[in-house]
Amino acid sequence: MKKETEILVPLMTEVCDEGNICVEGLNVYYGDRQALKDINITLPAKKITAIIGPSGCGKTTLLKCFNRLIDSIDGTKVTGKVMLNGEDIFDPHADVIKIRKKMGLLSQRPYPLPMSIYDNVAYGPRIHGIRKKSELNQIVEYYLREASLWDEVMDRLNTPASGLSIGQQQRLCLARGLAVKPEIILGDEPTSALDPISSAHIEKKFVEFKNKYTIVMVTHILRQAIRIADYIIFMYLGEIIEHGPAHQVLDNPKDKRTSDYIKGIIS
Amino acid sequence: MNINKVEEGIFKVLMKTSTLLVLVSLFLIIYSILQKGLPSLSWAMITQTPKGGFFLGKGGGILNAIVGSLYLAGGSTILGLFISLPVALYLNVYRTKTSQFADFTRLCLDVLWGIPSIVYGAFGFAIMLLIGLKASLLAGIITLTLMVIPIMVRAMDEVIMTVPKGLIDASYSLGATKIETSIKVVSKQVLPGILTAVLISFGRSIGDAASVLFTSGFTDRIPTSLMQPAANLPLAIFFQLSTPIPEVQDRAYASALVLTVIILLISILSRIATKKFTKHKSLV
Amino acid sequence: MKGLTYFSIALLFLILIGLIYKSVPILKETSFGNLFFSTEWQPLKMKFGLLPFIISTLYVTIVAVVISVPLCLLTAIYLSEYADKRVIAFVNPLIDILAGIPSVIFGIWGIIEVVPLVRDYIAPAFGTTSSGYTILTGGIVLSIMIFPIIIHVLLEVFETIPEDLKNASLSVGATKWQTVKLVILRKAAPGVISAIVLGLSRAFGETLAVLMVVGNVIMIPISPLDPGYPITALIANNYGEMMSIPLYDSALMLASLILFVIVLVFNFISRRILKNIERKIA
Ligand SMILES: Nc1ncnc2c1ncn2[C@@H]1O[C@H](COP(=O)(O)OP(=O)(O)OP(=O)(O)O)[C@@H](O)[C@H]1O
Ligand SMILES: [Mg+2]
Repeated sequence: MKKETEILVPLMTEVCDEGNICVEGLNVYYGDRQALKDINITLPAKKITAIIGPSGCGKTTLLKCFNRLIDSIDGTKVTGKVMLNGEDIFDPHADVIKIRKKMGLLSQRPYPLPMSIYDNVAYGPRIHGIRKKSELNQIVEYYLREASLWDEVMDRLNTPASGLSIGQQQRLCLARGLAVKPEIILGDEPTSALDPISSAHIEKKFVEFKNKYTIVMVTHILRQAIRIADYIIFMYLGEIIEHGPAHQVLDNPKDKRTSDYIKGIIS
Repeated sequence: MNINKVEEGIFKVLMKTSTLLVLVSLFLIIYSILQKGLPSLSWAMITQTPKGGFFLGKGGGILNAIVGSLYLAGGSTILGLFISLPVALYLNVYRTKTSQFADFTRLCLDVLWGIPSIVYGAFGFAIMLLIGLKASLLAGIITLTLMVIPIMVRAMDEVIMTVPKGLIDASYSLGATKIETSIKVVSKQVLPGILTAVLISFGRSIGDAASVLFTSGFTDRIPTSLMQPAANLPLAIFFQLSTPIPEVQDRAYASALVLTVIILLISILSRIATKKFTKHKSLV
Repeated sequence: MKGLTYFSIALLFLILIGLIYKSVPILKETSFGNLFFSTEWQPLKMKFGLLPFIISTLYVTIVAVVISVPLCLLTAIYLSEYADKRVIAFVNPLIDILAGIPSVIFGIWGIIEVVPLVRDYIAPAFGTTSSGYTILTGGIVLSIMIFPIIIHVLLEVFETIPEDLKNASLSVGATKWQTVKLVILRKAAPGVISAIVLGLSRAFGETLAVLMVVGNVIMIPISPLDPGYPITALIANNYGEMMSIPLYDSALMLASLILFVIVLVFNFISRRILKNIERKIA
């Protein structure tokens, strides 16, 4: 079933169309150390792209470039461009807030904000100026349903979010991210801290969201990449070694380093 | 939207101003001590003991207080080290670093650290009465020692905690007994920690007045035995300042300058000593 | 080793027992009300009303904390969230030096700078006259003395806040300031309270610096521009006479006991909270 859809999609596009994330000559340095080396890639809109690669190869760094969280790390230097809808994310005049609003983030471990479940979801909308209680109620319910959490928490919306299980917390974080109506969802190993059932929950959500959002996720679990990704990017020591449709990269890797990684030789 | 920007802007200014204020307060203190103390600082001040009528404006210096302070601080630091080092080692070698007992001990020590020095003074005084000791260098040293024990143990503890556990284990497997391990491995590793602890406690005890107020007495002479009373700088400053005579007050400022210089030297020394250890309890 | 370790724990209880033991005579002789709710302090007439001293201590401490806390919070937020490494590397050692300055130096500085400031500017500005030796003066001097401990603890608390939590807030489009205000401060709240309480208890037990600038007049201070007479000053100023008047020493030991117990409880609670925060993060 999944394979068929994949055959229909073209190879990773080189055209920087509406919605695609187009990375052009991106270099990132932490102090003197170069973490990303001349990254050129286009991530297609409304698809799931998985970034794989050994630890420390720069996956998180690449994600942090997309929503410019890289800015808040001391001593970083970034050159190159990341184009989204015709605008360079790293343009000095770019509105960082607007860029971040376009991207929901799921981190490795769920980090609920120190407030109630309701306030967690309402956090983003409130910050962006929505004050009306009825409107907020609607938003909270809608996105908690979106994240399949509503039924579990509807009767305790005003209790602290820290009281939820880890799996529920991660879905809450998903709802919180979705509530600001992003176009893109960035996931940095979003299931690595979760139990198998909660992981499956998140994976299922990602597959469902595919037509609405552009999803970029880092994962260490190759089987997860096989299950849900349309495209795969393999990174090694700060470079993109190989990318393409998921089955192509995983079944017929062109580069030896990719196949070594897939076989579990480098990890 | 823009209200937010304005708010952030205002707070940024406030934050920078506060930081500046905190720093300026330090410079202001040092500046005014320098400005007031320098003119009346003389060679005689720091090389002579008070002559008769010193507190009425006659000649002499504060050598008695300088030496007394050095004795008090030196004595309590040495005595404190003998007590604190074994405790710090015990907490880290015999007990695993995170045992409940060690945690509880650390909590008690931190709490002791926060006890006001006047309370140590009152307690030391009570002990003195109990064992029939008069106000003397010895009584002052004992009181100060009690006060610096928690400081020293925790200062060393913080550094010893950074010694990798593997190192201690490795030494066990070489057949060293626990005592040998403590002494050889840890001591070598923690020498800078000991140095920090010594400097911190020396600085703390040389500047403290409230705990020796009841216990060390005050005299114009330099003590020649542990049983004699001893003067100290903070009290000398305080007493000189309490007189109505301007020249004596001026000498209080000069004495304050002497104390400040000693403290600054200690601060600088301990910064050098602890340069390698980023996470140490500072002089707080 | 073991013995000394137990000794260092026991020290806490020894002090407590010692002070209680010495306070018993006055507690036996004088009623609770006459000790704690009376303003009459006349040792020769066996009147030991501690109220003026207790109030003065509380007043000075509160003034110090009210001045110090906002400044320390702003400074700590700036250093941990906004300032770059060079600023931090410059500021930290200076704060450490401030921490090492002895209280008598703070007292002298208070007399040189703060007393005239209060006498010549602040008091006239409020339409009163004052000697300059007031609760406010003591509060100002103390507030600076407790900068280092509050800032130090605050910085440690802010350090425990995970980067990813801040990122979670930033990633929905919050500004840095919104993140500080809505997330960091809220998450750090127990730690902030601990920092304040530790500063408070430091101010509470400070002796010489306060004694030198607060006036030492036995009265219940109403305005911050009134003089006061804190407990620590009471103990320090009367050590000479205390052995010659019956019960006097016991009264002063009781005063020490009060200080000890309050500081002990404050410290214990806030250290506990801080310990828990560390453990939760680890
Ligand atoms: N804040 C930082 N300061 C300095 N170097 C950093 C920083 N963050 C990451 N690096 C370095 O940059 C490189 C890439 O790190 P990154 O976190 O992007 O790797 P990753 O692929 O996400 O690894 P993992 O799979 O372990 O999460 C690593 O070598 C790392 O040591
Ligand atoms: Mg990573």
